[in-house]
Amino acid sequence: MTAELLTGGEAIAHGMRQGQPDVVPVYPITPQTPIIQVFSKFVSDGRSHAELVDVESEHSAMSAAIGAALAGARTMTATSSQGLALMAEVVYIAASMRAPIAMAIGNRALSGPINIHCDHSDSMLIRDSGIVQLFAENAQEAYDLMVMAPRIAEHPDVLLPVAVCLDGFTITHAAEPVELLPDDVVATFVGEYHVPHPMLEVSSPTTRGPFAMPDYYYYELRHAQGVALRNALDVFIDVAAEFEALSGRRYEPVQSYRLDGAERVLIALGSTAGTIKDAVDELRDEGEAVGLLRITPFRPLPMDEIRAALAGAQRVIVLDRADSPGGVAPLGAEIAATLYGSECELERHVYGLGGRDLGVADVRAIFAGGTPDHFGVREHSWPA
Amino acid sequence: MARLKNLIENEHGVPPLRGGHSLCQGCGIPIVVRTVLSSLPGPAVIVNATGCLEVATTRYPTTAWNVPWLHVAFENTAAVASGIESAQRALRRRHALPEGQEISIVAFAGDGGTYDIGLQALSGALERGHKFLFVCYDNEAYMNTGVQRSGATPFGTRTTTSPPGAESFGKAQRRKDMTAIAVSHHIPYVAQGVASHWDDLSRKVERAAAVQGPSFLNVLTDCPVGWGHEPRTTRTVLDTAVDTHFWPLYEVADGAYTLNYEPEHQLPIEKWLEHQSRFAHLLKPENRGHVEEIQAQVDADWNDLQARCAST
Ligand SMILES: Cc1ncc(C[n+]2csc(CCOP(=O)(O)OP(=O)(O)O)c2C)c(N)n1
Ligand code: SF4
Ligand SMILES: [Mg+2]
Repeated sequence: MTAELLTGGEAIAHGMRQGQPDVVPVYPITPQTPIIQVFSKFVSDGRSHAELVDVESEHSAMSAAIGAALAGARTMTATSSQGLALMAEVVYIAASMRAPIAMAIGNRALSGPINIHCDHSDSMLIRDSGIVQLFAENAQEAYDLMVMAPRIAEHPDVLLPVAVCLDGFTITHAAEPVELLPDDVVATFVGEYHVPHPMLEVSSPTTRGPFAMPDYYYYELRHAQGVALRNALDVFIDVAAEFEALSGRRYEPVQSYRLDGAERVLIALGSTAGTIKDAVDELRDEGEAVGLLRITPFRPLPMDEIRAALAGAQRVIVLDRADSPGGVAPLGAEIAATLYGSECELERHVYGLGGRDLGVADVRAIFAGGTPDHFGVREHSWPA
Repeated sequence: MARLKNLIENEHGVPPLRGGHSLCQGCGIPIVVRTVLSSLPGPAVIVNATGCLEVATTRYPTTAWNVPWLHVAFENTAAVASGIESAQRALRRRHALPEGQEISIVAFAGDGGTYDIGLQALSGALERGHKFLFVCYDNEAYMNTGVQRSGATPFGTRTTTSPPGAESFGKAQRRKDMTAIAVSHHIPYVAQGVASHWDDLSRKVERAAAVQGPSFLNVLTDCPVGWGHEPRTTRTVLDTAVDTHFWPLYEVADGAYTLNYEPEHQLPIEKWLEHQSRFAHLLKPENRGHVEEIQAQVDADWNDLQARCAST
């Protein structure tokens, strides 16, 4: 296999194309736009036979996706930030209707102030929607996870939307060498699309999206949906094992980086892990017992794996790229709950909102301790 | 009367929408739905907006539908239909559907789900040219949430959010002309119908189903609860809307206007106002001026429609 120089956005578009979607409803927003532009060209050039539906909003993109996926067609879409916020209502419904849509989220800060750069506030807005969220560290991972996404979404024990989250600009727009699998290999890997009772099978009609009352069903249906989301973790592990056999690239719910004997461990999602790895390497060379734990599926959260990986840590430092004003930032809150009862110390920082960079020196400072909760906020936002 | 025979036959055995639902007595919505679905040439997939029809027919785990039926939300019915239509095209292209089987995609939404919150998704779907039939069952207010005013609520109407009072005579604005909005999308077929003229509605559904592209039917239907009339008067109340020229029955096929029904004698607008308690305040002497205003609006719209029919 040879590597091509591709941006994360281009890599996602290739992953979508090779997954052979039937319907792709899209609406442009930075930094997702390169994904849909490249994909549109694939359709124009006959390299994808998808019906491209140029909808008039992200709300309609997800709505059309639900209709198509339940009708019996493999369906994919992509968005970012305000687009995800606009479609949020229907993301919840997609999950509850068990529509196995594969999507990409080019992570970008939510307004306001309006800002096109990376943070994870958009993904966190739909944290509780019931969809699978997989965070990529780089363009290669974005592609690989996009190839795996339909397999996880369409698994009969799951049947839920799957979002591949890639950091805006840092991954969507930066070119890196990416190894693509051959088209036919991916086609065999993803297989044919099947959902129970496709709507276009008119001989066996079903009623979808009815309303459920408090006395019966609503709670039970929500519970069943939660079980399906938990199932997605085992399915992810199985699908990743099959993917490794094809590609040689290994994916696990958590990635432990130099955790052997690590006393201080940073936890993060997404591309920041790359920066942290560099800092960890430097500090290890200097004899410090530090390491990184990167989480790939934020939903479902691999709590057992996180606990096991952190068994030897004395101090766990969570880096959140989203805030929860007036409360606890999401990843920090989740890790605190996961580690409840353990002996280790827990420290939490919010960083990088609106695309503010976190460099190796910053990571070293965080490992050194004594840094503020909101790391990277300047005292004076007005340059003197 | 071949059409009547077809309708009766279609209602035998397994009707698309069966009884046992909880729509109110005298509600015109099921008349619209059954007329539409029994007039289609073949199988259909239904997309339904949130509203009375959806709530009253699908209380889980029961259903009143014998045809594939899907509800996602309030404002996105046309977008969901776009997705199903695109799926149908994609699956047909790769021979994943039975050859020769044409499935109609029919969206039902109330006036709220059409004129107001659903307008953007509808406009987008019409502009993109999906082949589907969008049926607005227009009962002139948000009924499911308890009779609030919508963009379809007529001038002067009492609703729970436009209550008449010392400073108000009811809704202060005119209703929007949704049929004209649909026409301005240059789609192949647009028509106005009414629940009580089932033969006219049935013929319009047949025409709509035959076009290649989107079609839009704006069907006036009553709500005894929100309009304040006796359930048994559904038909006569709706007929009065047509006979006063308040709700003309017409169609626009490839841009050409045709008036489908002309009452022998135009009834004065008071006939439309007087049997519905939502208009009772308008008939008081102090509101005489507003009634005259309504009559003038109706006449101007009628003349405008006549002119369009003559010129296309
Ligand atoms: C986004 C959203 N806003 C508001 C509602 C509440 N709601 C449900 S049905 C409805 C009114 C529906 O009115 P209409 O479309 O005219 O249908 P009808 O009730 O008259 O059948 C409203 C406001 C909702 N379900 N979703
Ligand atoms: S409230 Fe009105 S529209 Fe709703 S079911 Fe009853 S009569 Fe029909
Ligand atoms: Mg209504």
